[in-house]
Amino acid sequence: MTATRQTWLIEWLKKALLEVQEYMKLCAAAITGSVSRPFYARDVMEQIDVIGLGSLTVVILTGFFTGAVLALQSGMTLDQFGARPFVGRLISASMIKELGPVLTALMLAGRVGSGIAAELGSMMVTEQISALRALGTDPIRKLVVPRVLAGFIMCPILTVVANAVGLTGGWLIALTQLRVPSGVYWSSVVEGLYIQDVWMGIIKPFFLGFVIVTIGCHVGLRTSGGTQGVGRSTTNAVVAASVVVLIVDFFVTRLLISIFF
Amino acid sequence: MRHKSLDEFGLPVALAEPHAPVVLFDKVNLAFDEKVILRDVTFSVRAGHTKIFLGASGAGKSTILKLLLGLLKPDSGTIRVLGHRVDQMSEQQLMGVRHHMGMVFQEGALFDSFTVGENVGYKLYEETTLPLPEVRRRVEEVLGFVGLKEHIDKQPSELSGGQRRRVAIARAMAAKPTLLLYDEPTTGLDPITSLTIDAEIVKLRDLEGVTSVIVTHQLRDAFYVATHAASRDAAGELEISRAAQAKVDEADFVMLKDGTIHFEGSADELRASSDHYMQTFLS
Repeated sequence: MTATRQTWLIEWLKKALLEVQEYMKLCAAAITGSVSRPFYARDVMEQIDVIGLGSLTVVILTGFFTGAVLALQSGMTLDQFGARPFVGRLISASMIKELGPVLTALMLAGRVGSGIAAELGSMMVTEQISALRALGTDPIRKLVVPRVLAGFIMCPILTVVANAVGLTGGWLIALTQLRVPSGVYWSSVVEGLYIQDVWMGIIKPFFLGFVIVTIGCHVGLRTSGGTQGVGRSTTNAVVAASVVVLIVDFFVTRLLISIFF
Repeated sequence: MRHKSLDEFGLPVALAEPHAPVVLFDKVNLAFDEKVILRDVTFSVRAGHTKIFLGASGAGKSTILKLLLGLLKPDSGTIRVLGHRVDQMSEQQLMGVRHHMGMVFQEGALFDSFTVGENVGYKLYEETTLPLPEVRRRVEEVLGFVGLKEHIDKQPSELSGGQRRRVAIARAMAAKPTLLLYDEPTTGLDPITSLTIDAEIVKLRDLEGVTSVIVTHQLRDAFYVATHAASRDAAGELEISRAAQAKVDEADFVMLKDGTIHFEGSADELRASSDHYMQTFLS
């Protein structure tokens, strides 16, 4: 390895470590800010509205068509074994354990992560964050904590909505295309689920919601370089949050399996 | 959530030592990687006085304001604001000192999702327990002071550049600060609008007793602020006129060059300087 390449690698590693360190510091500050005063309750409610209710349409559409396409695809496969009535079991297991949490999180990464990075990034480059500090307000408590709490609370709720809509989408396809009676479909949905699966589907979105929002905030607050920098931050936030969602999903799933099973 | 009254917010406003300067920089050094921003910068500002920093772009002028606010920490040296060592304070402690300071940012840095009134009353509304009607009254008062009372419900994007700067001044003064920092308050504005901003700075200094630190490279504005005074006549009418020599002497000019203090003195001394760099800057 040439000296230039070695230097480049060291510099890259230093930058990567600095990013991780700053991200961890932001997470710690956000957690501390969530349990101490001053606490901006009005901003938390506002963010619950923006992050939660604002994402409802995209989450409903994603959930519905995922459930529907799962029914279509699995119906064809199950037909090979004469197991078409079990389509509900397959959809419920896939949606509630994995697809519901992950797809909801990916949608939130695209919608919420980018929005937060762009908003905070714009505030950084126009000195609004400095103005907040000059006015005696801690930007972490005022801007980061409400968003983190909203993401943490709303991601599991949106996941439950996506799961419910997904199962409904699967039911519509099972009923109209696969000719599976409603009673058979819904009893199959219930039979395919264990309480551990439900817990797993509910616990995972808490972690995913937290990482999506904290990554959006971290990237936004480290924005520099004017409007170009804001655009760069927005892209980085979506890419980083999407990849980290899949990584965190794997490790949390691994952890929960070792706890529940 | 509002959690503190205006009086109990932050640190005691009285100076830690009697007659101590409001601002004290002592051998302050700052560098970003290899680039030296400030080298052995020492100066002080007394209560009610004005300090005007001049210098080319990149000379370190705005950095001084950020150090005063605690937005940046120096590599070495001492910075005292209202008697408190801001260079050693945590972010939480700094919030207390910042309560007694106001800052007018270069482009105003108004919160674009808030109305003019919400911007001006932000600190009172968010960080104090002042009743809402009181906040509204104070907001109207300070907007009246800068002549923008009728724009209270407008968005910042609906205002002109000069109006936005005046709103930024109103926001900075809303919580009655002891020290006001101005970062290029007139840059990018036409001469007529610049004069209205200069008049606001003079009014705040002379009528409200605010200590001012101004960073600018607009010489005309700097000299205007240094050589004019605001007063009210018997009928309560505002008057801005040429200041008496004693008042002019309360304004100090500091010329920064490559992160060091190249010149420090009064308006007359600045004009009389025979230094080549100063002459080039003044011409």
